[in-house]
Amino acid sequence: MAIKVINPGLATTIQDLGRPGYYHLGIPIGGAMDRFALHCANLLVGNDEGAACLECVFMGPELEFTQDATVAVTGADLPPKVDGEVMEPWTSFKVKAGQVLSFDFLKAGARAYIAISGGIDVPVQLGSRSTYAIGALGGYEGRAIAAGDTLPLGTGAGAAEGRTVPAAMRRTQSGAVELRMIPGLYWHRITKEAGTHFFEDTWKVAPECDRMGYRFRGGRPLDFVPREQPFGAGSDPSNIVDACYPYGSIQVPGGTEPIVLHRDAVSGGGYFMLGTIISADMDLIGQMQPHTDTKFVAVDMDQALQARQERHDALQKVREVLA
Amino acid sequence: MNTRYSFGGDEHVFVEVDEEMSLEAFFKSLSITNAVRDADIKGVTEICPANASFQIKFDPDVISPDHMMAELKSLEAAAEQAEARIDTRIVEVPVYYQDPWTHETLMRFRERHQDPDATDIEYAARINGYDTVDDFIKAHSGAPWFVSMVGFVSGLPFLYQMVERQRQIEVPKYLRPRTDTPKLTVGIGGCFGCIYSVRGAGGYQMFGITPMPIFDPKQETSYLRDFMVFFKPGDIVKWKPIGREEYDQAVADVEANRFTPLTHDVTFDLEEFERDIDGYNAKLMEGLYGN
Repeated sequence: MAIKVINPGLATTIQDLGRPGYYHLGIPIGGAMDRFALHCANLLVGNDEGAACLECVFMGPELEFTQDATVAVTGADLPPKVDGEVMEPWTSFKVKAGQVLSFDFLKAGARAYIAISGGIDVPVQLGSRSTYAIGALGGYEGRAIAAGDTLPLGTGAGAAEGRTVPAAMRRTQSGAVELRMIPGLYWHRITKEAGTHFFEDTWKVAPECDRMGYRFRGGRPLDFVPREQPFGAGSDPSNIVDACYPYGSIQVPGGTEPIVLHRDAVSGGGYFMLGTIISADMDLIGQMQPHTDTKFVAVDMDQALQARQERHDALQKVREVLA
Repeated sequence: MNTRYSFGGDEHVFVEVDEEMSLEAFFKSLSITNAVRDADIKGVTEICPANASFQIKFDPDVISPDHMMAELKSLEAAAEQAEARIDTRIVEVPVYYQDPWTHETLMRFRERHQDPDATDIEYAARINGYDTVDDFIKAHSGAPWFVSMVGFVSGLPFLYQMVERQRQIEVPKYLRPRTDTPKLTVGIGGCFGCIYSVRGAGGYQMFGITPMPIFDPKQETSYLRDFMVFFKPGDIVKWKPIGREEYDQAVADVEANRFTPLTHDVTFDLEEFERDIDGYNAKLMEGLYGN
């Protein structure tokens, strides 16, 4: 009972909700970059919300089914096709044994999630099926899927076809983005003026954007408050004694190009960070394409917690609609 | 030391125990993180000690950020009183210095280096005041190193040399990071040593390679069957210089599952260590190698 990979797409990986608890050993939480989309895809096909799905970036795979299954595609606007016939996104549909699931070109967003009834049943490693390619851990043999792979499926009858997340509840990204962040960590390392510039300037997502992190370009370089570097920190003013990196933290090596760490973050290193993207906006980053115009917006803890609650409420509404 | 608290977004508290590196700062960080683990605070999902800082990840739906912060501050006060003493182990890690693989790699990235006409180890020897590379290797492998953090990527140890600050080896990182580093490269950046657990990008100066795997996601290596990561903070490492023949033998032994790292359980006491560093290190070696 399985799926055959005819064409893997660009960097399609198996992801679930990740493996917390090992960050202190340099093994990141991983899991879907857009958690909301993964939850929705699983709900649509009748899986546990944390079942393993395929996360595909910019381009979809081509998959041949060897059994009947219920499928749903959420996240980026990447239209699914069954034997060439276009299917509704954010809506469950049936794929019969022998049929081929493929995708049209990406219209918006960056990452689509393909849930299949039963979930993808690769072995659980450190509590998760998520692929952490840097550590060759989890997923399908620790790597992105490749042509010729056979992906095992779990058991599960699958929900009916035609279940749908109403358009108003879907979240697909297009156009300019505002990322909310709480300034902190080593914010004091940059000058007041540099801090003002950081929020004034429009940054663009660089081509170097992946599961580890998103790099941004185009803003003015940041000036540092002069100091004698502490012992062990390294000579560059952007260096600190190697420390932990929060998920979503914004480091700016050399003061030039901010990098926001994401689900496959490096767990620590020697660059100062000027704050952290709030948890509510992490999913959104996973849907940003290169060259997207971005502004960073400072918020306080209360606003961050309120935004987090709104994300919970949005998911709860989807659960109620699909219950 | 001046402990500084900051929120990392709505899910992390980041605590800088000290701006600069020292074993005192490391021990304080380790002692607070141990206290956090023992306190078993509901909502805490990750406890990450680092060199001179640490980080707690928590679920703000379970514990409010302000409450989380208050808990940590109260634990800091208690940790301040704790003895800087841990039960740990000393591990011998064989190193083939100036091996052909890191040499091939460093030659490919000469334009990113401070001194393109020298190798990494020649450069490190010179700027640290050693006449020859052999002298540098003696210094590097003479005193033990303390694992003060595990991270960056899968199971990579950061190591801190257990000598007085004025004797500590320091080298800048590459001007621009390399895009490639052989797996199991032994190197230094700033004052920290490291072993690259997997192949990948890196900015540390490269001195050699160890035949001893330290991360095995397949868990086939005999001593990594129980857990895929070898090092944990507080481990003590003794580098052992080896030549090509010994290296090849060790690689073959690893593959045949005959290789077992030489380790010895020890209690490390920071105050005793600082009273007589060389004498304390000599005692550690006696424990590892017998009398």
